[in-house]
Order: sequence, then C-alpha cells, then structure tokens
Amino acid sequence: MSSSKQALAHPASSADAAPGNQPGAARGAQGRGTPPAGTDSWRSRLYRWDMKASPYVFIAPFFVIFGAFSLVPLLYTAWYSLHNVQLSALDNQTWAGLDNYKNLLSSDFFWNALTNTFTIGVISTVPQLLAALWLAHLLNYRLRGSVVWRVVMLTPYATSVAAATLVFVLLYSWDGGMINWLLDFVGIDPVNWRESDWGSQFAVSTIVIWRWTGYNALIYLAAMQAIPSDLYESAALDGAGRWQQFRHVTVPMLRPTILFTVVVSTIGATQLFGEPLLFGGVSGSKGGSEHQYQTLGLYMYDQGWMIGNLGKASAIAWSMFLILLIVAAINMLVSRRLRKSQ
Amino acid sequence: MRTSTRRSHRMMALAAVAALTTGLLAGCAEDPDDGPSDSSSGGGDAKGKITLTVGTFGVFGYKQAGLYDEYMKLNPDINIKENVTTRTDVYWPKTLTRLQAGSGTDDIQAIEVGNVTEAVQTQADKFVDLGKEVDKSQWLDWKLAQATTKDGKTIGLGTDIGPMAICYRKDLFEKAGLETDRTKLAELWKGDWSKYVDLGNDYMKKAPSGTKYVDSASSVYNAALGGATERYYDKDGNVVWDKSAGVKEAWDVAMEVATSDMSAKLKQFDKPWDQGYANGTFATVACPAWMMGYIQQKSGDSGKGKWDVAAAPTAANWGGAFLGVPTASKHQKEAIALAKWLTAPEQQAKVFAEQASFPSTPSAYANLKPAADTTAYFSDAPITQIFSDSAKTIPTQYLGAKDQPIGTAITDVGILQVEQKGKSPEQGWEAATEEIKDVLGQ
Repeated sequence: MSSSKQALAHPASSADAAPGNQPGAARGAQGRGTPPAGTDSWRSRLYRWDMKASPYVFIAPFFVIFGAFSLVPLLYTAWYSLHNVQLSALDNQTWAGLDNYKNLLSSDFFWNALTNTFTIGVISTVPQLLAALWLAHLLNYRLRGSVVWRVVMLTPYATSVAAATLVFVLLYSWDGGMINWLLDFVGIDPVNWRESDWGSQFAVSTIVIWRWTGYNALIYLAAMQAIPSDLYESAALDGAGRWQQFRHVTVPMLRPTILFTVVVSTIGATQLFGEPLLFGGVSGSKGGSEHQYQTLGLYMYDQGWMIGNLGKASAIAWSMFLILLIVAAINMLVSRRLRKSQ
Repeated sequence: MRTSTRRSHRMMALAAVAALTTGLLAGCAEDPDDGPSDSSSGGGDAKGKITLTVGTFGVFGYKQAGLYDEYMKLNPDINIKENVTTRTDVYWPKTLTRLQAGSGTDDIQAIEVGNVTEAVQTQADKFVDLGKEVDKSQWLDWKLAQATTKDGKTIGLGTDIGPMAICYRKDLFEKAGLETDRTKLAELWKGDWSKYVDLGNDYMKKAPSGTKYVDSASSVYNAALGGATERYYDKDGNVVWDKSAGVKEAWDVAMEVATSDMSAKLKQFDKPWDQGYANGTFATVACPAWMMGYIQQKSGDSGKGKWDVAAAPTAANWGGAFLGVPTASKHQKEAIALAKWLTAPEQQAKVFAEQASFPSTPSAYANLKPAADTTAYFSDAPITQIFSDSAKTIPTQYLGAKDQPIGTAITDVGILQVEQKGKSPEQGWEAATEEIKDVLGQ
C-alpha cells in the first residue's frame, strides 16, 4: 500500500503537496492522473463510486418508505378523487372528472368544515403559542428542580390523544361534569359543551392546547438558552426592565423558532382529527348534530368510511393538501419578509 | 487497513438497506400473521392443526359461553382464534376493503344487520353460499331473507336477533305513582308507541328528583322503527325514507319525547349514558334482548332486582348479526362447518344463557333458559316468554345498502338537534334531509 502510494506521489506531487486544503479534489486529481493498473484502479474506482453513491444509499430508506407509504397513496388518492369510487365497490371506478371537487365547492358541509378547521385552529394555536412562550420565559429563570418542571411540561405531549380526550369528555360532560359543576359555583347555568356551537369548539381547542403547549414551550426554551447572555447584560445596562428585555431581546432572537412552531402548529391544526372525533363519542365523525366542530379531517373520514364515498373523501383529502400548500406559501412569504426586515 | 474497515461498514449499511427494502416488499406481498395461510405449510402449526380465525365486533359471547373451547374439544385438529373489533363502524369498512382485496379476511366474518344488505348487494361473490350447506328452515324467514341475494344465495347464517321489550325501573315507577306490574303496563301501552310516551308525561308529573322517563329520543325512534315494515327503502330497493310511513310514525313519537322534558338527553353507547345506568337517572329504556347484558353490566349491583321487563308496544327488531365465510378463506370446508355449528339452535341457546342474545332459530325457543342471575336481576320476569312472543311476530323489514348512515343522519343529526339544541321538529327534519342527501350523494 505505502510503496504504491510513494510511486504515485511523483507525477502528482503538486496535488499531494496541499492535501489539507482540498482533500476531495486532490484525490480526484490523483485518480485521474494515474493510468489504470490492476486491482488498484479497480479499488480507486470503487472508492470514487462509494464516495458519490453512499450518501444516496444512506438516505434511500427514507425515500423508499416515503414512496411506498406516502407518495403512492398520495397519487392514488388524486386518481380516486377524479373518479366515482364507493367503498363497497373499489374495483368499479367510473371517471368523474372534477365532479367531486365541484360537488365540494357547492356543499355547505365542506365550507362549514373548512370554517370550523380555521376557527378551531386559531383558538387553539394562538393561546397555545402565547402560553408556551410565557412558560418558556418562566422556565428560563433559575429554578429549583428545573428538570422536573421540564419533564412535567412534556407529559401532556406524551399522553395518547385517546386517553386525554376521554378525560376531557368526562370533564366537559353536560350532566355531572366537573366544569359545569365549577361553573355552578359562580352561578353560571350548565353548558351543553358538546352541542353548543362555541362551547364545543372551545372544548376541542382546550384539548389541543393542553397537549401541545408544553411541547412548544420546550422548543422555545431551547432557543432562549441559546441567546447570548451579554445581550441581556447590555440591555440591562441601558436600563431595560424584565419586560423590555423579553420584548426587545428574547422575542426578536426567537423569531425563526416562533416561525417554525407556527408552521408546525398550522399543519397540525389543518389536520385536526383525533380530538374532535373522540370528543364526539358515538358517531363522532359528524362533529356534533349541527357539525359545529366537524373539521375537514372528520368530514373526510365521515364521507369515506362512514358513508362509503371514497371518491369524494379523496377530493377532500386533496383539498386539504392544497390548503396546506397555500398555508406553506404564505408562511414562506412572511418569513422572507421577516428576514429582510431584520 | 483504514479503508477496508470503512468499506466493511459501508457494506454492512448496504446490506441493512437491502434487507430493509426486501423486508418492506415482502411485507406488501403477504403478512403471515395477518391472514389465513395454506394448510399444508403455514396454517397448521407443529401438530398439524388448522387455525380458523373468526372476525367479530362488539361482544358475540362465543368465547364467554365457552363455545370455542367446546368446538376445539370436539375437533382436536381445529384451533380457533377470534379477532374482535369493538366498534362496528371501524369493523365494517375494514372488512369491506379486505373482502375486495381478497386477502386479510378471517375464515369467518361476522356481518351486522345494518350492513347485511350492503354485503348482499355488493359483496355476494366474495362469500361462500351457505344456503346449500344447512337446513334453511331452521331460521326465521325474515332473518334468512336478509342475508339472501335475489338469486337465492345465502351469504350469512343468522346468529342473534333483537326482539324488543321495555326495560323499566320498578322502584322509580313506584315512586312516581305509576303501575309497576309488567303485564298491566304492557296492556297499558299495547299497540302504540305514543301510549308509551303518554305514560312518560304521567311519570314526569311525580318524577323522583334527578330522574327522567327515558334515556333518549333516539332510542324511542329506533325501537318504534324496529316494528315498521317499510323503513328507508321500499320492497324494490328504492330510497323512500322521506315518504315512508314507518319513519314518519317513529319520527313523530321521537319528537314527542324530544320536545318534552321526559328525556335524559343522553346519546346511546356514550360514556354519560353508561353513567346514567349506574346512577339510575332514567326509568325506562327500549330494550332489545341483547341490551339486557349491557344493563346488568352498567347498572351493576345497585340495579339488581329493581329492573323489570315488559312487552313492548309493538313487536320489533333492533340489531342482530350473521356469520359469513369469505371465498378468500383457505379453509372453507372447516370454516363452513364451524359457522354451521356456531349458529345451530343448541349453540344459540348457550349464548342466550350466557348474555341473553336472542336466537334467530325458533326451534331453540322452547328450551331457552336465561342465566339465573339475569332472571334475578330483572325481577324474575319471564324473559324467554316476552322475547319469543315478540320474535315470532316481528314483521319482515325491507333493508337497503345505506340503512346505517341514513339512520345515523336521522338520530344523530335530526333528532339530536331537536333534543339538545332546542330546534323545532321541522328544522330537525330539514337538517336530516340535507344530511341524507349528502349521504346518498344527491
């Protein structure tokens, strides 16, 4: 090995002289400069191939799985959405063109579901992120047992949707639920949480807020701890109080993180499904008798699996996908704006 | 040296990727645990046994009544495994896709009465014709007809049916100053569900505090509809729900309940409904035979001897199921034998003794014995007598493919809006109409 390397060193001495600067280029030059000679060149060719191909091989598992379980179903759903497909007759697909989409656009149920998804999304995401920011700020102080607090924050996130929602269903129970019992003390009449319009949306939102606030708080906390402390020191020297420090140092420094959590929460809100389904109990996919908390996800499930109209359900799925793309585009514009303004 | 170890790492990574990929592809092709496989190799275990799988929903009671064990003892070369899905609305879509894929089905698949017409109309070719294998006259005519196609193929054998009675709390009736004798009560409301509702008005005049007359308006609707010949479809399979006399009658009775204060306004099979049983917050419930086990379980010891059973205003059926053998089963012969055995009158009687699921085979009625604690729980009511009287006079009902979602639209949208959101009956009907249009894709 070493002898052959020495032999090679002469014709390519210039390249070998500075191996530290451009190791890849140096090796490439070395390889090209030598005439193919037996096992050695085979080895170096393999090595080159290895250098080029192995990154792709390493990421391949993800793409294989993504292709099999996401991309193919995604495209197949698009195909379904252009057909009339019933759950009971999957092989009997008749071309429907854009009928399913037209049908959706003229359906009150679709627009209702879209509006609900939006309102529940807003009343769950906004308080959730504000609370997370506030909690992270508190946790950022020196506290006794800070690890314990952080673990506690994360426990709701680790709880299953089903378990959490079941508990909330009991809390919000109309007859004998704890929340109505508490309201009774303050002299408020019991609220039929599941059937009232705003009450049901509020209840579903609280489940989402409860589950995700801690998670977001930890992300904020991690970002806060990366803010250099001399920024605070100099702010303090300039006479900034705690609130002003938070307002003018912490929040601006957290901007990319906040943007990230906004994007993730928005995607989560658009796909909201498990909480309202389980909150509704029996025939929960209706999202209440007046569909007062039927989200797009629930409407899709109801159409596809309860009613058996898979074509229409696929059209709903693709509409959701398009809505997410629009949301992502808006997010991108906003973040670009923010970056420029910085 | 260094290069060679690096290479060996790479080779290992490559091998791992390759293994993962082939594993995935193999997973797509066939999952040995998921479906029945060939008897010569996979299906039989070391002792050469055949494993039959039975796909059910809810609680069929076969396991609880010891029927699987009994069958395995009678047939030492058979091993039975039950795959239970609790909720029907999860079970059926899953079963539909598996039937059509021709793989992943169990050797025996249970079919709920709400789905049986869809199965008969769309999946008949995916099921073995069981009519050739059995004496069809064993079953009630209407039960057999529900699982039989127009050209006479029987895709499922009847398990239980849901003949209707009224379960009521004797103690609450007494406190409210009502009649408590089951025969006199049955006389009082005989023939008309609105008479049953009228009694509710009497009950509410002196109702024990915290109690209502009935659990929900929807349960009254389902019970009343269970006695109607024409429901959502006519004899020829056309959707006629908005003109159907049966629906109209049941709706009107339900509206009487929904607009009064006699309903506890619960949603059936919901947690608060269970709690209602436990706390005794409603005095009556429309009670198909299979509901008795549920009441015992949810009311618990506190309800023992307080519940009683009276004949319902009209003979009605609510619920029931069938057992079918998919053509995709690799052990059709054995599966057919098991399905035959499980649905035979003797076995149906055993399930009745276990959990009061009522047989669909009349020859079993003469010797039906409910479990001793069931009888005691329901104040020694002649349960067998009441339910078999009802079972023998249940009218033939016309069912349709979308019975289930149409029913849900009426109860969980229309009736619920009136009962819980204070809408008028007209608004409720209007909402149900819109919903059903959506269901039917109109």
